[in-house]
Amino acid sequence: MTLQTPAPTALSIRNAMLEMGDGDSKVIALDNVNLEVAAGEFLAIVGPSGSGKSSLLAVAGALSAPDSGSVSVNGQELAGLSQGKLAAFRLANIGFVFQSGNLIPALSAADQLRLVNKLSGGPRSFDPLPLLESVGMAHRASNRPGQLSGGERQRVGIARALVSGAKLLLVDEPTASLDRARSHEVVELLARESREHGVATIMVTHDHEVLGACDRVLEMVDGKLSAPVSVA
Amino acid sequence: MFLALRELRFARGRFTLMGGVIALIAVLMVMLSGLSSGLVNDGVSGLKSMPATAFAFDEGTKTDNAFSRSVIDDQQLAEWRTIDGVAAAEKMGVSMANTTAEDGTQLDVTLFGVEPGTFLDPAISSGAGLGAIDGIVVSPTMKAEGVELGTVVTLDRIDTKLTVIGFTENQATFGHVDVAYLPLHTWQLIASGQALPGAPTEAQLSALDFSTASVVAVQANDGVKLDLAAADAIAGTSSQLLKAAFNASPGYEAETMTLSMIQMFLYAICALVVGAFFTVWTIQRKHEIAVLRAMGASAGYLLRDGLAQAAIVLIGFTAVGLAAGLGLGAIMPDAMPFALEAAPIATATALTIILGLMGAAIAVIRISKIDPLNALGGQR
Ligand SMILES: Nc1ncnc2c1ncn2[C@@H]1O[C@H](COP(=O)(O)OP(=O)(O)O)[C@@H](O)[C@H]1O
Ligand SMILES: [Mg+2]
Repeated sequence: MTLQTPAPTALSIRNAMLEMGDGDSKVIALDNVNLEVAAGEFLAIVGPSGSGKSSLLAVAGALSAPDSGSVSVNGQELAGLSQGKLAAFRLANIGFVFQSGNLIPALSAADQLRLVNKLSGGPRSFDPLPLLESVGMAHRASNRPGQLSGGERQRVGIARALVSGAKLLLVDEPTASLDRARSHEVVELLARESREHGVATIMVTHDHEVLGACDRVLEMVDGKLSAPVSVA
Repeated sequence: MFLALRELRFARGRFTLMGGVIALIAVLMVMLSGLSSGLVNDGVSGLKSMPATAFAFDEGTKTDNAFSRSVIDDQQLAEWRTIDGVAAAEKMGVSMANTTAEDGTQLDVTLFGVEPGTFLDPAISSGAGLGAIDGIVVSPTMKAEGVELGTVVTLDRIDTKLTVIGFTENQATFGHVDVAYLPLHTWQLIASGQALPGAPTEAQLSALDFSTASVVAVQANDGVKLDLAAADAIAGTSSQLLKAAFNASPGYEAETMTLSMIQMFLYAICALVVGAFFTVWTIQRKHEIAVLRAMGASAGYLLRDGLAQAAIVLIGFTAVGLAAGLGLGAIMPDAMPFALEAAPIATATALTIILGLMGAAIAVIRISKIDPLNALGGQR
């Protein structure tokens, strides 16, 4: 991918340190992490379990504050914002796609999207169908998560993360419970959505098979982020 | 309430199960409330319908059964008539009697001896008022036992005969038996033990030297608050306002206290059941709440949603239970003292809902303690 004009920065993390646990069981989850992600960029982060990938998403997603260093999303410095302000900020600016099945069991696919629209004070006339259509799920709009397959749930989850027009999408192990064909479909979908909507996407994954669809791949080892030795 | 309503529909089985318990509690509440009111009517309706402000018992009378135990004399009556704010004071005789009708029906009555023409003389719904020396005016509830105008009842053991000449306007029962009003003089004849077999006669009454009665019934001037303690000191009595005097009727305090204790327990059970249900429900939803909070839903929104859900369930199922309870109440057998009164039922219903909501609130509050970080990284 070649960038003629530098795209605006969606996420900027500088010198972030984060320790988890306390006392003897203290571990360094993030060790002096620096990361810039441009709007529209699709970044993958790989690394062994326990290396700090989820911690990085938590810090980038305004869920936990680093012990030191700074985080800014869409140019907004997060340090110093209250919990309430952070929640409102997440609602408007950050989309989350969690591991499979993190939809609300009681809500149909369309209602999952409507709820986010309501929470973020979106228009009353909101129609979830176009977004569901774009992830190929319009025909399942009235089905609850229990009636959807793993891949279908992830698609609805991606549509839900895009409802409020967030410019930063954080995706944690989206293919953990999917077969290979489904995994490729979901990752292709993420790549397309981030390109079309100019959304910066950070995907944490174990799955080296799917990295081909990503613009950039970084590896996390013991809390340190670096370019990987080899990319599949 | 977007989420609350959809969750109610989604988990309707679980909510109906808990709602069923709430509805049953509400049914029990209506039953107990009806029973309470019924017992109160049965116990003291004879007093309740009296236009008296207070009753004065002889000093030192034990409170339970004080009406039939107390003995007051003319001196005490005269003192009461001099008290400031007293419009009228009259002697009243109270005693229990076992009687038998001509057809052999055994009838238990409470005899209220009152002076005809005074404020204690009861209003009647049919027949004649008090006056004839052998005439009694009885509660209309006695009709259920076959009593009609002209029925002659014989007092057991002394064989004195009295005739029913009228029925009171309202139900008049005292200590769970029907009240029979009779002229004070006739009551005194019976109470003195000098009554002879057959109907009482003028000759017997004029020969009687017996002027005591059970209590002094006092009527205050409109809007006047009597100083009972001061009056008691002067008259040598111990007096109680009408409502407080209910406790002096047989069994009244024991019955009402038992029932209100059962009601207290039901309120506590309701709060616990609802609290336990919403605790489990909230724990089951822990992960989805973490997801919602990670996405940016405020704790306030989720709390309001949870409470609204609890309120809908509580109000809905309490209403179902209330309707069922009222339906059941309408078909209660006559022999059961049961009276549906709006005020106590409304109070019981409101308390069921409020205590249930308090239970739910304590459970739902844990929504605000769920860490949005739980949404990340799978099942950790
Ligand atoms: N709540 C926590 N308490 C203590 N240690 C934690 C906690 N969460 C994560 N850790 C530790 O922090 C490190 C990084 O975890 P995480 O970011 O979840 O790694 P990954 O997502 O790469 O598997 C791990 O060593 C993990 O054990
Ligand atoms: Mg992880």
